[in-house]
Amino acid sequence: MVLLNADRNVNNTRRGRERDVPEQVKCLNEFRKRVEAAIPALRRYARALTRDAETADDMVQDTLLRALRSEHLFHGGDTRAWLYTILTNLNRNRLRTLARRPVLAPIKDTDAATGGPESGSRDIARALALLADDQRSALLLVVLEGLTYREVAEVQAVPIGTVMSRLARARSQIKAYLDGEPPVLRRVK
Amino acid sequence: MIDRDQIVGEDELNAYVDGELAADRRAAVEAWLAAHPDDAAKVAAWRQQAELIRARYGAVADETPPQRFNVEALTRRRYGVLAAAVAAVVAAFIAGGIAGWTVRGAAPAPPSDLARFTTDALDAYRLYVVEVRHPVEVPGDQRPHLVEWLSKRVGSPLRAPELDKMGLKLVGGRLLPGPTGATAFFMYENPSGERFTLYCGRTRDRDTALRYTTGEHNAAYYWVDGDLAYVLSGPAERDRLREIAQAAYEQIDRRAPQQGG
Repeated sequence: MVLLNADRNVNNTRRGRERDVPEQVKCLNEFRKRVEAAIPALRRYARALTRDAETADDMVQDTLLRALRSEHLFHGGDTRAWLYTILTNLNRNRLRTLARRPVLAPIKDTDAATGGPESGSRDIARALALLADDQRSALLLVVLEGLTYREVAEVQAVPIGTVMSRLARARSQIKAYLDGEPPVLRRVK
Repeated sequence: MIDRDQIVGEDELNAYVDGELAADRRAAVEAWLAAHPDDAAKVAAWRQQAELIRARYGAVADETPPQRFNVEALTRRRYGVLAAAVAAVVAAFIAGGIAGWTVRGAAPAPPSDLARFTTDALDAYRLYVVEVRHPVEVPGDQRPHLVEWLSKRVGSPLRAPELDKMGLKLVGGRLLPGPTGATAFFMYENPSGERFTLYCGRTRDRDTALRYTTGEHNAAYYWVDGDLAYVLSGPAERDRLREIAQAAYEQIDRRAPQQGG
């Protein structure tokens, strides 16, 4: 009850503001348009990050909500890079929470990868799954989303050198995996 | 002998692949690759990885985004209850639970009923718990009618637990689409206006004890009794939620023998 009243007030205030300050509305609409234009790329990145369509879209939705909620904090700059930053952070939090909460998974253990290197199932999705989160995100931002090293460094809030070593490690791990070496994180024999 | 300046390291090879190399080093790297087949093979493999990634995920950007990503609608929601965002995170966590485990085998397995029910239940909780004028379709003072109607639609005898002892009054209920079809949704409210919801639909999962799932502000207990899965959702206060879930669980459990399995 209390919540919705507050909600209604906010909406009224917002409508009032839009009538009074049409300039700002134009600006906001511009921002929203740019957010909208970034959705397909965000979905692509999220899908590759999580390799699960539903999780990915939930994360994209949350990214959009956060971005739109704090659009007043956003003064110029690259909208797309900012959205990638939000999504990257959300994913990091998600994985952290998962790590802390293994309780949630009574799901049957279909670990096909234990079939060994000869099982022919060594595809790129599995390879990505083996990477550390920051490595995976750096690689995807570069090769899939076409960000520059500098942009990735901003998204991940680390120096460019760190981005480069993440890329190098990601690539050599993927190569080792696709070449049929046993994955580092798992004993195959 | 090679001049030290001309030794090409991993970083430069990566930068070369990604088009990040300064123009004056490109020729040097290319000369290096011509003379070092191992590194050339490495570079080729990295390029192929990038191709594989783009081939696998590139097309996602060509799909039409789901309707729920409509920016206008999201903008309106943004001003809505904070819980919306929180619940989205919760949903992501839950779905993430599946992904996280699936990822071990990397091929997305179908989500379990636990995850699907909990996600949907929390979505429904988030959607209706803020509703003042129309939180339910049938008000709680028509309890027998409500229960009879929902039982018929869900296809299994239901019971709306009595939680008055916990200070919770039945606000009412509604019918919702769920992971396995028609799903019943009961809403309870305490005197301070806090709401809890019980979401319930058919499942093929086997009986389970209470399973807790939490986000920042919402949380849920999931359990299966007979052919029905239940999710009790509410504010994220584990002990209190457990108490309520326990009470609901026991009342529903007692029903089981009368039903004859």
